[in-house]
Amino acid sequence: MISKEQIEGSVRAASIVCFILAGIILVRLFHLCVIEGETYRILAENNRQKVIPIEPHRGIIYDRNGIPLVKNVPYFVAVLRPDDYNDSEIYEISKLLGVSIDEIKEKFKDKKFQIEPVVIKEGLSFEEVARIEARHSDFPNLSITTTSIRRYLYGSVGSHLIGYLGRVTEEQLKTLKAEGVPPDAFIGQWGVERIYDKILRGIYGKKIVEVDALGHELRVLKEVPPKKGEDITLTIDIEIQKAMEEAYKDMAGAFVVLKPDTGEVLALGSLPSFDPNKFSRGAPSGYWKELSENPRHPLLNRAFQSQYPPGSVFKIVTAIAGLEEGIIKPSTTVHCSGGITFGNRFYRCWKKEGHGIVDLKRAIVESCDVYFYEIGKKVGVDKIAKYANLLGLGRDSGLNFVSEKKGVVPSSEWKIQVMGQPWYPGETLSVSIGQGYVSTTPVQLARLIAAIANGGYIPKLQILKSKDIQKPEDEGESNSYRSKSLKEGQVTEPFFSVSNENKVNISEGTLKFIRDALTGVVNEPNGTGGAARLQDISVGGKTGTAQVISKAIDTHKLPNRFRDHAWFVAFAPTSNAEVAMSVFVEHGGHGGAVAAPIARIGLERYFKQDSVRTAEAEINTASQGD
Amino acid sequence: MSKIFDRLLHFDWLIFSIAIILSLLGILTIYSATRVPVYEGNIVSYGSEIITVSKGEGTTTVTSAISSFRLDFYERQIIWLLAGIVVFIGILFIDYQWLKRLAYILYCGSIILLIVVLFIGKKSMGASRWINLGFFSFQPTDLFKITFLIMMAAYLDDIKTKLTASVTFKIFFLFVLLPVLLIFKQPDLGSASIIFITFLCIILFYGAESRFIKMAIIIGLISLPFLWPVFWEHLKDYQKNRIQAFLSEEVDPAGIGYHIKQSKIAIGSGGVTGKGYLKGTQGPLKFLPERHTDFIFAAFTEEWGFLGATIVLTLYVLYLLRGFDIAGRSRDGFGRSLAFGITVLTGIYIFINLGMAVGLTPVVGVPLPFMSYGGSALVSNFAMAGILANIRMRRFEIFY
Repeated sequence: MISKEQIEGSVRAASIVCFILAGIILVRLFHLCVIEGETYRILAENNRQKVIPIEPHRGIIYDRNGIPLVKNVPYFVAVLRPDDYNDSEIYEISKLLGVSIDEIKEKFKDKKFQIEPVVIKEGLSFEEVARIEARHSDFPNLSITTTSIRRYLYGSVGSHLIGYLGRVTEEQLKTLKAEGVPPDAFIGQWGVERIYDKILRGIYGKKIVEVDALGHELRVLKEVPPKKGEDITLTIDIEIQKAMEEAYKDMAGAFVVLKPDTGEVLALGSLPSFDPNKFSRGAPSGYWKELSENPRHPLLNRAFQSQYPPGSVFKIVTAIAGLEEGIIKPSTTVHCSGGITFGNRFYRCWKKEGHGIVDLKRAIVESCDVYFYEIGKKVGVDKIAKYANLLGLGRDSGLNFVSEKKGVVPSSEWKIQVMGQPWYPGETLSVSIGQGYVSTTPVQLARLIAAIANGGYIPKLQILKSKDIQKPEDEGESNSYRSKSLKEGQVTEPFFSVSNENKVNISEGTLKFIRDALTGVVNEPNGTGGAARLQDISVGGKTGTAQVISKAIDTHKLPNRFRDHAWFVAFAPTSNAEVAMSVFVEHGGHGGAVAAPIARIGLERYFKQDSVRTAEAEINTASQGD
Repeated sequence: MSKIFDRLLHFDWLIFSIAIILSLLGILTIYSATRVPVYEGNIVSYGSEIITVSKGEGTTTVTSAISSFRLDFYERQIIWLLAGIVVFIGILFIDYQWLKRLAYILYCGSIILLIVVLFIGKKSMGASRWINLGFFSFQPTDLFKITFLIMMAAYLDDIKTKLTASVTFKIFFLFVLLPVLLIFKQPDLGSASIIFITFLCIILFYGAESRFIKMAIIIGLISLPFLWPVFWEHLKDYQKNRIQAFLSEEVDPAGIGYHIKQSKIAIGSGGVTGKGYLKGTQGPLKFLPERHTDFIFAAFTEEWGFLGATIVLTLYVLYLLRGFDIAGRSRDGFGRSLAFGITVLTGIYIFINLGMAVGLTPVVGVPLPFMSYGGSALVSNFAMAGILANIRMRRFEIFY
């Protein structure tokens, strides 16, 4: 029995407890609603809003003649929201999509509580899409998302240059997220696609939809349209690129074709190459692995990333060194009897019988080794190195397209630094004919021959032709050469790229002599470069055969990996050259036999198109002497 | 005649109106929180009742019919409210002494129902708490709450001696242990705990000897480490998860923290004045779970803000104070105990639920009296309110 007094005490206590509890709740409410109110308001908004990125149209890449190299193709993906489907529903879905029931169950395995839709099938055809859309009311949780994939219209042609797209990596997302790139985006990962990705990509739009807790999209709250990516035009001529790549058949190597006056790259290839279409969304994965494990290294861009002894092409440098240093004159003669002895070694000439008495021009035309041994002996390796460096060897092109090898220009200083040994004079002989320690990349030799052809300016490489989206440095150049061409008195001089920074300190007379001699290489009888001869255009060039092993055995008889490398550099027409190139064939054998014909194919392709232009050029140069 | 007039005079308008107001606010909130978001004719629904397909821009909307017998939550709650009012008024006509007389029968009856529900209870979310009577279903626990309090009040009223330890244990084993276990087995951890806690409060506030209290606390604390693992063992996983999630925000095995988080978001985003009626998003977009039952307060606060929440809190406090006042001024022991018990029980439900909504107490799934959707709970609360009003009304009658 409880008394009144007791109950009153209890009531008082209980009321106090009541107030205390209410007070606690009130304080907490105040904290949530008033103090943290804004935070929670934002969280509530985040709950119900989902941002869906809208993919922009990726810019098209054109070659210099307006031929499209890529295409954006729509790509359809069927997605299904995870849910508790009964067996008949799964059966129906499986029938509709043509995907086995087990596959569907596999995809749902760990996703029971996920609300995001799961990809069931990719790369649907138009019929499949139509079929699925028609049954939408039966399967409201099954929907189609549309995206696009890149199709490379020329397959593996120019793939090193053009590049490909790949899924954006976590590392890249760190910076790209701020630009609105979503985590499942495909961006340029190689080549031009990568370097100009920002321009090509455009800007992602977004659709802000209201969603409920189950992920259903209820309505669109806001939509920001995407900004289309810009098209770009490259300096590449895809016809030249294709013709030359095909000429390699299944040989490995690289070639670089450029306009010596502007540095525009007309073609740049590295073989073996790869098919960029195999990297696209929906392609079976493992292609990358396959490529990187391929012993022929198709992912290596040999034009920039491989260096080899230049062989006889290097004789151009030795000759220039000799002339500029006054050691020899064009009329200087040497007697070649098939080799010379120096020190305790016999340095042979490739022609065992010897060339007889030869002057400089003849030595170049017939590529006599002995003549150059003599120059080398007298000039010394360091002087040779000086001119090699002047002509752009030993450093990279500055294009920053891919990581580049710098090649090797040996000198006495170099040898001490790198190998800790002094230079032995006998080694100079090897260097003078482009063997021994000297090594060059195809790009370096292309720039070298371009400098010879354009009167002594090492061109800055340019891949982007379109004026609207020039890189800032390029803009200045193009304007400057335009204006230069209009100035008085400039017509007689060949066009030169860039400013005087790139002018090499070699006398015009020397350069002209070399050009003449190189013309002889191609056109004179006994010239080693006859295979590059063209019908109406005069071509100049130099063969090179770089030994892999020094054996006297005929290179054809050796197993492939011991065969000599084949080089050929060329320019045409010989006065006011419009095109210069280097061609390299790994283990190709003789330069004249293997590399020169490929160069000819490239030249033919160039001039066939440019018959009109050549006529114009000839009219322009009519007033010039040579 | 004058008796009726007298009674009308002492009709407890405060209890009645607070109960009605809270119920109406509950109905309004239930309506808003369970509404289907409809925008300019694009009906989208995803529940088991309506099967629709709708896409935004202009594709066809196909709606298939819903069973016309199924009423919306708020519609059902209105019906329950009317039933509750009828029960309230009806109780006022009985003299509450009858309750004392029928205490044992009522108590045994509800125990039987508690046993029955374990066997034939309608299984919903793994719990068998309801008995389905065709047209409607009710929870025996809601009935038991009342009969238990009546039982306690009746028994304690008849005790001649002071409340000793042995008496307390006797009461516990006779009247508390079995039903609490039965309820716990449903499983309904929340209600079982609350009934047990109410029991303790009643004992405590009955002014048990202080020595006894100290001893009880010591015994309790000592036995806790031993009893706890046993207790823990019998908890269902989700119950364990709830406690774990409450204790540590990082440990959240099954996303129970989600409930608390969404509730806080709903409450906090209401700000000072709320988003406005029908403008809340946490409910209709289904972010807030149990938005019409356990978390009704959060759904309410989202739309009515801090001010609205404070008003509701005030109403509840007034209700409880009035209940205690009735207990204090009741003319007999039975009335005092009964009123006190009812108020304590209701108060515990209120503060645990509000605590849950603001993230101060573990989520144990107890409804908010008068506001939460739930027929038997609503009627049960109105019945208890009716008893309170009854006790108050009759204290002025010296002569029976």
